[in-house]
Amino acid sequence: MTTLAILNARLLDPASDYDGPGGVLIENGRIVRVVHGAAQIDADQVIDADGLCLSPGLIDIRVKTGEPGAEPKETLKSASLAAAAGGVTTIVVQPDTDPAVDDPAMVDFIQRRGAALNLVNVRAAGAATKALDGQRMAEIGLMDEAGALYFTDGDKVIVNSRTLQRVMSYAAAFNALIACRPSDPWLTEGSVAASGELATRLGLSGSPAIAERIGLERDLALVEQTGARFLVDQISTEGALETLARARAKGLEVAVSVSINHLCFNEVDIGDYRTFYRLDPPLRSEADRQALIEAVREGLIDVITSAHAPAPAEDKRRPFAEAAPGAVGLETLLPAALTLHHEDGLDLLDVLRPLTQGPAALLGLDAGVLAEGAPADLVLFDPGAPVIVDADTLRSKSKNSPFDGRRLQGQVIGTWVGGRKVF
Amino acid sequence: MTQPHDVTDQTIRERLIPFPKAHFLAASDLNPFVTPQLLDLGDAFVDFNRQSSKALDLLHGRTVVNLFFENSTRTSSSFEIAAKRLGADVVTMPVASSSVKKGETLIDTAVTLNAMKPDILVIRHSASGAAELLSQKVGCAVVNAGDGRHEHPTQALLDLLSMRRAFGDVTSLTVAICGDITHSRVARSNVALLQMMGARVRLIGPPTLVPGDADRWGCEVFHDMREGLAGCDVVMMLRLQLERMAGALVPSTREYFRFWGLDREKLAWAKPGARVMHPGPMNRGVEIDSDVADDLDVSLIQDQVEMGVAARMAVLASLSARWGDK
Repeated sequence: MTTLAILNARLLDPASDYDGPGGVLIENGRIVRVVHGAAQIDADQVIDADGLCLSPGLIDIRVKTGEPGAEPKETLKSASLAAAAGGVTTIVVQPDTDPAVDDPAMVDFIQRRGAALNLVNVRAAGAATKALDGQRMAEIGLMDEAGALYFTDGDKVIVNSRTLQRVMSYAAAFNALIACRPSDPWLTEGSVAASGELATRLGLSGSPAIAERIGLERDLALVEQTGARFLVDQISTEGALETLARARAKGLEVAVSVSINHLCFNEVDIGDYRTFYRLDPPLRSEADRQALIEAVREGLIDVITSAHAPAPAEDKRRPFAEAAPGAVGLETLLPAALTLHHEDGLDLLDVLRPLTQGPAALLGLDAGVLAEGAPADLVLFDPGAPVIVDADTLRSKSKNSPFDGRRLQGQVIGTWVGGRKVF
Repeated sequence: MTQPHDVTDQTIRERLIPFPKAHFLAASDLNPFVTPQLLDLGDAFVDFNRQSSKALDLLHGRTVVNLFFENSTRTSSSFEIAAKRLGADVVTMPVASSSVKKGETLIDTAVTLNAMKPDILVIRHSASGAAELLSQKVGCAVVNAGDGRHEHPTQALLDLLSMRRAFGDVTSLTVAICGDITHSRVARSNVALLQMMGARVRLIGPPTLVPGDADRWGCEVFHDMREGLAGCDVVMMLRLQLERMAGALVPSTREYFRFWGLDREKLAWAKPGARVMHPGPMNRGVEIDSDVADDLDVSLIQDQVEMGVAARMAVLASLSARWGDK
């Protein structure tokens, strides 16, 4: 078996809190040695990183594709290519396909199709309810056995509290993770933007921030009662962060994710009705954005996701309120996250932790770390290289990137999955 | 246990003891002293029932009314046969399809029947507490043949009789009750009676089918069959109502069978020589694999049906023994 060494890099490993010079030796798809400092290692192939950053590959736990059912939007292949180009080595695809990923055969289908591409690790999240109907519990046990990493109805909130209670309680028997969008469905009905002065002026119906808090309060109460493992999916408001902090202070163990979009943009970005900024949850106020960044800095956010949601031009080239919500984000995830370092002054390790070790620990994956024995899922990047995002060049089949035309810093130089170079 | 020969009227009368309460509504109407005597009486009836002549006159001239507000074939036939073998006049009323539909309340029915002067009323009803309510309104003895999700005490007694005959002693047994505990009156009666007799009881099922506070019943609660069955002498499977399987409480029958259905593989996790029970009717391939259910070396399921008649004869006979005129 050939060995590969990547030397003379700036190693960034959130798990061991190491940010310094070093290199790794890779054999049989795994990291067999991690060296700190300028040590040389003999290997069949040696890459001189020349001081660029080497970190565990990113793990994106919230990726929508259109396969099966809406392949013109995105396929597992186009999503995998985008991921590889973005330094993302593991994607967890959402179950809201057509048909939904709500039985073990579908989980198997996604994972086998993903593996056959030989690009990045493709894993599946299973539906919490059958056909995402919010009523009938899905086969959580069998999907768990088939390899589903967590269970969610995606963007759909399980409105019926009794159903959610049963799903949580049932899943606890398998120690399975349930993820849920915190949202009160009635307060957000028909909304396309965050409630506030701006939405009012633009004439868009608003989703009040308290809707997220109310939804979260319910979900947390059910977690407390059922003892379920739980992920608060896509928190977006300061008020909900406070609710979460209170629950955690009482000893409740819940994980929380935030999308990269809500860390990078605010409601002002929708000012010219640009539909690439029509997201769900909607972009919130600058105070909300700052609170989320602060939460990342303090290590309160377990996972940052790309919230990759491809929508083709025909779904986006519409009046704002009629356009499909969502944005692609796999390929821009790393440079976008680096803005937190460059502009908001976060430590690089604190930015990378919820992109690597955080999701790995939550989902029980052995990836996300630079350690001996871990899979050689790596990304080599230049943190300072300037890039101008051009949506047309993105590898996703859908080009709905809110970063289109933005100037970012950070360029992926190489991506390895299981020691294999995929970008 | 008696040998299966020549069980006479005399043998039975020697073992006859008065039932401790006027009615048999719940397992708690029994006590640790009278229960073994009832089982002895049950044993005698088992042998008696295996003879070709099965007529006794302990309940001669008495009227037993079977009042089944819920459809049931096996329990109502079991009570009917038990009463007939004791010489009683038996009326089985198909109330499930008659007066209730005409709007008559349970109490109206009870008062009407009471006026006909029966001696024993056997009642099954879908509402918890129905047997208790009836017992307060009538002048005869009431036997609960299942009320809602509350109790089914004769089932617990027949299960105990089956276990004692299979193992000799029930006080040192570890019994796992598996499946839909929440909706099961069989589980509640068995927990009460087995614990009264000193057996250890475990409850196993998905969290959606085991009450959250079941650990306070003095049982160990498990959600994993492998952990729960380890060291068990008896594996008692419960029926899973089909309407509870379509996603409301359990995702599907195949998932239920995979994780909580009893097959050879799971049975092997229990103590070697463990026996399998089921109150019936079985959902084959859902909570139990036919391979296990039909294996007479491990399954007590057919015995349970036989013990059902004997145990109910013991209950009816001992209730009549309270009246003192026989």
